[in-house]
Amino acid sequence: MDSVTPFIVLSSILFTIGAVGVLTRRNAIVVFMCVELMLNACNLALVAFAKQYGNLDGQIAAFFVMVVAAAEVVVGLAIIMTIFRTRRSASVDDASLLKY
Amino acid sequence: MIAFWVLAPVMVLAALLILFVRKAVHAAMLLAVVMISLAVLYLVLEAPFLFAVQIIVYTGAIMMLFLFVLMLVGVDASDSVIETIRGQRILAMVGGLALGITLVLGLAQISLGSVVGLGSVNQGGNIQAIANVLFSKYVFAFEVTSALLITAAMGAMVLAHRERLTPRKTQAVRAAERVAAYAESGEHLGPLPAPGVYARHNAVGTPALLPDGSVAEDSVSRVLAARGSVRRTIPRDVDDLQRSIDHGPGSGVPASQDSPDGRSTSTGRAPGASTGPDTSAEGGE
Repeated sequence: MDSVTPFIVLSSILFTIGAVGVLTRRNAIVVFMCVELMLNACNLALVAFAKQYGNLDGQIAAFFVMVVAAAEVVVGLAIIMTIFRTRRSASVDDASLLKY
Repeated sequence: MIAFWVLAPVMVLAALLILFVRKAVHAAMLLAVVMISLAVLYLVLEAPFLFAVQIIVYTGAIMMLFLFVLMLVGVDASDSVIETIRGQRILAMVGGLALGITLVLGLAQISLGSVVGLGSVNQGGNIQAIANVLFSKYVFAFEVTSALLITAAMGAMVLAHRERLTPRKTQAVRAAERVAAYAESGEHLGPLPAPGVYARHNAVGTPALLPDGSVAEDSVSRVLAARGSVRRTIPRDVDDLQRSIDHGPGSGVPASQDSPDGRSTSTGRAPGASTGPDTSAEGGE
């Protein structure tokens, strides 16, 4: 019962749900939330392995993931706002100019 | 482990609902549930520092940022149901299911050996232990992180900044434009009608009525119209009012008996009082 395997399994389930969300949702903001869900799932695995091996490196890695996620959210949401301002839409399907 | 078995189903359920809820705000709330539960799991996994950071950074800062952007983006945030690539949704579900089953089966089978635990490492306190590692082994990564954060802040400022290309319009210019538009196309010169004028309710969702009883579309914010929260019972209201006026004070018939939806708007008042806008707060739907 003291194993960390359930945490790893939960983290992989959350990661899968986040990946499916990125593929299926069409709203850029919700897609972004699903990316955050995937990052969080990875963090859970990192922290679980830190406990498994009695080593704080995993927690440090999770900490850095959080920092990078914060920076990424700031820039990503600014990009979404800029696209919304010019196209009046937050749908990922509307930003398709590179296709032509 | 009790915390885990309580929180894990909640987290999986909330994460699954993110895939299916229509409104982006609901998705944000469900994501907050997942993040707070994760914070508790960090506590279970002997990471009290990450527990605090998870709540402060993720739930506090990042989710607030999401909600701010949702607020700015507004009504358009609802998802479209049209698939641009045919069968993409089904394919994504099947692929996701395959990935999930592979991961879960694979990870459940490996044996990690006995858990070492962080008891000895965390002996002088988890935060002190993390600081020892962070400021010795990972000090370069820590310094680079500061550059990353500054770059991100600069990038957000550059992206969000909008250069003003034309000079700001003064009030005199706006007035001249309005009059010019009136001279050219006969556009109404005055302000838009206020909601609730001549209507029984004066809530913002109640459109104003023109003298012939028809609805003045301009009087309701188009955001409310897009949300579908505009009251649409107006013509019937006018009939009710007309009837209660026709019956008059002497007829002795309370107007509320005529109202089809059973709202007793004029009982206990003088019948003439019901012709004014009803200020009781039942306009919102």
